[in-house]
Amino acid sequence: MPDQLLFAIEVTLNGLMAGVLYALVALGFVLIFKASGIFNYAQGVMALFAALTLVGIQDGQVPFSHLINAIFGTDVHHFGWHVPAVLAILLTAAVMVLFAWIVERYVLRHLVNQPGIILFMATIGLAYFMEGFGDLMWGADIKNLDVGLPQGINETIDETTYNWFGYGFFIDNLDIAATIVAVILVVSLTLFSQYSKQGRALRAVADDHQAALSVGISLRFIWVLVWSIAGFVALVAGIMWGSKSGVQFSLSLIALKALPVLMLGGFTSIPGAIVGGLIIGVGEKLFEFLIGPLVGGATENWFAYVLALLFLVFRPQGLFGEKIIERV
Amino acid sequence: MLYREAGDFKTSYRDDSQTFPIRFDRTAYYVLIAVALVIVPFVINDYWLNAVLLPFLIYAIAALGLNVLVGYAGQVSLGTGGFMAVGAYACYKLMTSFPDVNIFFHIILAGAVTALVGLLFGLPSLRIKGFYLAVATLAAQFFLVWLFNRVPWFYNYSASGQINAPERSVFGMKVTGPETEAWATYLFCLVFVFLSAWVVRNLTRGATGRKWMAIRDMDIAAEIIGVNPLRAKLSAFAVSSFFVGVAGALFFSVYLGAVEVGEAFGIQKSFLVLFMIIIGGLGSIFGSFAGAAFMVLMPVLLKNTLVGGLGWATDLAAHLEFMIVGGLILFFLIVEPHGLAALWRTVKEKLRLWPFPH
Repeated sequence: MPDQLLFAIEVTLNGLMAGVLYALVALGFVLIFKASGIFNYAQGVMALFAALTLVGIQDGQVPFSHLINAIFGTDVHHFGWHVPAVLAILLTAAVMVLFAWIVERYVLRHLVNQPGIILFMATIGLAYFMEGFGDLMWGADIKNLDVGLPQGINETIDETTYNWFGYGFFIDNLDIAATIVAVILVVSLTLFSQYSKQGRALRAVADDHQAALSVGISLRFIWVLVWSIAGFVALVAGIMWGSKSGVQFSLSLIALKALPVLMLGGFTSIPGAIVGGLIIGVGEKLFEFLIGPLVGGATENWFAYVLALLFLVFRPQGLFGEKIIERV
Repeated sequence: MLYREAGDFKTSYRDDSQTFPIRFDRTAYYVLIAVALVIVPFVINDYWLNAVLLPFLIYAIAALGLNVLVGYAGQVSLGTGGFMAVGAYACYKLMTSFPDVNIFFHIILAGAVTALVGLLFGLPSLRIKGFYLAVATLAAQFFLVWLFNRVPWFYNYSASGQINAPERSVFGMKVTGPETEAWATYLFCLVFVFLSAWVVRNLTRGATGRKWMAIRDMDIAAEIIGVNPLRAKLSAFAVSSFFVGVAGALFFSVYLGAVEVGEAFGIQKSFLVLFMIIIGGLGSIFGSFAGAAFMVLMPVLLKNTLVGGLGWATDLAAHLEFMIVGGLILFFLIVEPHGLAALWRTVKEKLRLWPFPH
């Protein structure tokens, strides 16, 4: 096979893997949007916050140590213990549930019945708040996240492809792990929403708030549930992205990357988030590979948005979104 | 009495559609203009100019522009930073290509160029609505910033990739470049602010503004009663981008002097201006000013108290600032979703009736 084609295949495979990671973030958006009609801009920051908390707990950092030191003039930073990864993940999940409860209690409850755009703005405010809060709590330096996921080049694939084509594909073990985790996550979420009692309640709320209330579903509980699930998804996304590129501020920007994925797939569709993620992942990697050198590179910054924009002009509700019906 | 009209004696439409129906307000407005024009230029110094006044004036123009689009026409845009960049780069290209023309015209022309770009990116708004549109405008943001970063023609092939404002003057006073007088730049920006507010106010209370508001409230219904959505939406995009472009041009040429596009006009700038109009009040001119003042003053105050007063580290103060900005946005949305402008209106209503409750 010609080299160019081999490279293109490798780029495509890597694009698929990156797409899975985008889809992970987009999934959190879709869950909240479906259940509460809130477009949750804070999803990316939730991933950052979850990852920061995870690292903090693992390393036994003292929360707010910078603040405490600044006020009392002390010098505390670590408790000196090291928490095993599994326990730390469970603790972080508990923190995300607590966070979901706080958000429902102090923000969402007061914003019931506001137009969508106000709720969207509120989540932007929430994102800012959490960004400052997370940095204040755990410090803003770049941290290494290691929960024991395999990393580095996958040698089996490298060798097999080398034997087949005379050129070894470079595929990161971490990306493969992320793909497996994403598949498990999507399957379990689908099972949960299709077959469990709470899942059905969740879909009922998504369908019609008032009708759900009238058959005795507690909206507040459902919202806490949904935000907790979104928190778990954020935690998974945070672990994946954090292991890949370190836990730092730029992690919150993956939310921006997830937006075109959502537009492409439709805001209300879980399969849409996955397919959209894959299309965007492959599309931007291939575009950068084929067209990028001609126009000066770094096209990844905007390609996804422009693709989504052009696509929406022809199909305003996205690939799998519910058909938009407008009446006066 | 102080804050009162003595009954409702309006005899013409002109009276009825006055911007300031109460004499007290009218007087206050003229006094404010007089203070801004006559007193401030004499007491201004470089610190106040660069930390507070210039950013406030320039952001006020940007907020006015965005408010036309988001507050009056209801089309949410996250591309403000990109459009400001268009204004800045258009201004730079014009300044370097036609050095003999007065910079005043360059800035107006830069606004016009931005309006054209805004029209282009406004086209999808005819098909895409709501959140989808908000995300679609991000395409403008990222694409434009990338374009100015990557195409050397825009920054005249300079080695650093930055653009630097050459020295230009108005009526013999330098307004751009390194050696400017504080009062000259202040007055130069003030003129633009005054003109922008005047134009926006008069556009929004006339037929154009009513069409925008009809589209905002429900576009299908508006279409049925005879508002052309194509013209209404695109004119909103054009007018909004014009002012945002003027703000970008001033931001680059008068305030910063040298600009690196990703840093000065990134996505953060889009959010900043959006926050201004949310906190200030969507669909309100006063709100644009109040929001701009708030978002400019708050970091300065915080920094002065935390870093200057308490001696905390700068990064700590920066994190707290993030928290406070976020918290305030939440607070305002919960307590008063219509922003400072609505609070101001309530206060005025109360004042009019005082001391009676109703």
